[in-house]
Amino acid sequence: MRHLLSISDLSKDDAVLILDTAIEMARASDGPMKKLPTLRGRTIVNLFAEDSTRTRISFEAAAKRLSADVINFGAKGSSLSKGESLKDTALTLQAMGADAVIIRHSASGAPVRLADSAWMSGSVINAGDGTHEHPSQALLDAFTIRKHCTKGGGDLAGLRIGIVGDVLHSRVARSNVLLLSLLGAHVTLIAPPTLLPFGVENWPVDISYDFDSVLPSLDAVMMLRVQQERMSDLFFPNAREYSRYFGLNRDRMLLMKPNSIVMHPGPMNRGLEITADVADSARSVIVEQVSNGVSVRMAILYLLLAGAPSEIGANS
Amino acid sequence: MSKSYILKGGSLPNGTKSDIAIKDGVISAIGTSLDASGSEVFDISNCVVLPGLVDLHTHLREPGREDAETVLSGSRAAVKGGFTAISAMANTSPVADTAGVVEQVFRLGQEAGLCDVFPVGAVTQGLAGEKLSEMGAMANSIAKVRVFSDDGHCVSDPLVMRRALEYVKQFGGVIAQHAQEPRLTVGAQMNEGIVSAKLGLKGWPAIAEESIIARDVLIAEHVSSRLHICHVTTAGGVEIIRWAKARGIEVTAEVTPHHLLLTDDLASSYDPIYKVNPPLRTQKDVMALREALAEGIIDIVATDHAPHPAETKECEWQEASFGMLGLETALSIVMSTMVDTGLMNWEAVADRLSIAPARIGGYSDHGQDIAIGKSAHLSVINPTASWRVDRDLVASRSRNTPFHGMEFPGVVTHTFFKGVKR
Repeated sequence: MRHLLSISDLSKDDAVLILDTAIEMARASDGPMKKLPTLRGRTIVNLFAEDSTRTRISFEAAAKRLSADVINFGAKGSSLSKGESLKDTALTLQAMGADAVIIRHSASGAPVRLADSAWMSGSVINAGDGTHEHPSQALLDAFTIRKHCTKGGGDLAGLRIGIVGDVLHSRVARSNVLLLSLLGAHVTLIAPPTLLPFGVENWPVDISYDFDSVLPSLDAVMMLRVQQERMSDLFFPNAREYSRYFGLNRDRMLLMKPNSIVMHPGPMNRGLEITADVADSARSVIVEQVSNGVSVRMAILYLLLAGAPSEIGANS
Repeated sequence: MSKSYILKGGSLPNGTKSDIAIKDGVISAIGTSLDASGSEVFDISNCVVLPGLVDLHTHLREPGREDAETVLSGSRAAVKGGFTAISAMANTSPVADTAGVVEQVFRLGQEAGLCDVFPVGAVTQGLAGEKLSEMGAMANSIAKVRVFSDDGHCVSDPLVMRRALEYVKQFGGVIAQHAQEPRLTVGAQMNEGIVSAKLGLKGWPAIAEESIIARDVLIAEHVSSRLHICHVTTAGGVEIIRWAKARGIEVTAEVTPHHLLLTDDLASSYDPIYKVNPPLRTQKDVMALREALAEGIIDIVATDHAPHPAETKECEWQEASFGMLGLETALSIVMSTMVDTGLMNWEAVADRLSIAPARIGGYSDHGQDIAIGKSAHLSVINPTASWRVDRDLVASRSRNTPFHGMEFPGVVTHTFFKGVKR
């Protein structure tokens, strides 16, 4: 496999291999020598055409710990802000000899366009595209869930995971639905009907409009960011009503079973989809998700770029 | 116009084999063993002769976007596809909402001289959907406009639509509606369905089309006017039109070749070559559209030929323009989807691609039976041959065909316009 564009590019074995490799990466990073020489001499471009802090920094840290040369290319102050087309940007990166491009873009499918076009030959890693997918986020979420809710290896068979909130506009939710079901977990989407995609009944998930009835059965609950502007688009009446039915607060957290965890891909709207006391509680693994992100992204870069042929995606 | 031809051994739409003589712009004789002296003779014994095809829906981009298409290049594409009359939609720059612009487009068509180019007039000024354009002046101009459309935009205000339908009755006009409820399609990118949900592309739901069709057939009934529905794409739209026709409402409808063949799962490539408005729908819709065309519930095929320069398609899906080329591939796609499947015979093809569109548009010199004394607008197709679409070989100025590399049956071998081979 040359690219990571969608979770659907992965087999179950591929996904487990990434998670297992991430454990090795975490172990190496915890050692005295944080840096591995694996990607020395390789050039990785962080092409972030949409603003992002944690994902960009996480990929940058991952690449640097593998000794790659990292070029950051953001929207502001670059040729992208002058209206350069994706095609011309790709041609430029190709001319500069990028071995891999990590792309964040507001347009769904932009990474697929880069990978399928003849514009560049390097690997393309999707770091979040529009409302399509965010595969590395799903992998770090699965890594985090596996660490807390299983004995630490293999898949996620039998676990019950809730994804709560704006599924319609969430690339995190799309990648997580694919990955968690690939790994054998049972996923329930909990949201008002306005924030669920058309045809969601065809997805490999259960649907619930009643957070309280599902919450006690969950091993992990993943809260999605709700953007304030959704209100003006009539997806829900106001923030108060949203929080009342779909926000995670202290009272609701009391319904959760022992050892279950609270997750959020960030950035959070404290007080809207999650209250501060929940976000900062012992159940919350939100900060740990961030540090796991670096290990998982190291694993992705390692498996895609170190040596050839790639060790994941052999059947695809 | 003194050139004369003999077409030897071709089949007429009804299947009878006959020679056709063309002289002085008209069909001068039909029969066997016609006198060939002084005439250029074409042996078309494998071919079917159709009345020259008529396309009620093209975008020729002139004036304004001559980088994408001109009236001349569009006429060339038309002739290559077997068309002898095409309607040019009003969404040019400036918009064809005055007699001056429609006369300009009409004159450009005359100067190109390859086929008739009939300008469509805008229903509202600047396609803004608010004030009626000077439809009377356009109707009385040398372009004699009878078809009015804001295509690209829906006439979404029901009062504006009602007034337009009423107003054009005085000169026998028809309003061609682009049925798209704007509030239900804000930012829409593709058919709303299983595929759009997976791809994270904003949906263009079938109900946005169907609700406007339903509303407009009721208005047309109330004011006893003639309504034409552009590019129907949904099974539900077909059902409403069926209901309206059964009720006696004067409504006609068109389907594009691409909606007879392609489906929304093609968007999975995120290649905007498949981005079109209205969007590609599901296989169920495709089958319903084919049946409706065969049955005559949908009256005609119209291409919605929409040329775009390369840079508006070589980009992210959501940044790309809507639209695809259609003129050069239309007849082959109809043959592939309707004739080879046994749904329609060549008589029905002649009706849906020539006779019926000419009738709807009021293009009285076109869409005639192939008979002595009629204007010699003829298309000759060889149904036994096939060809592969190559975007580098199109006559259009743009290359945005979704059919590149596909093989189709049916090669247009000759197009005669006003009795001259073009």
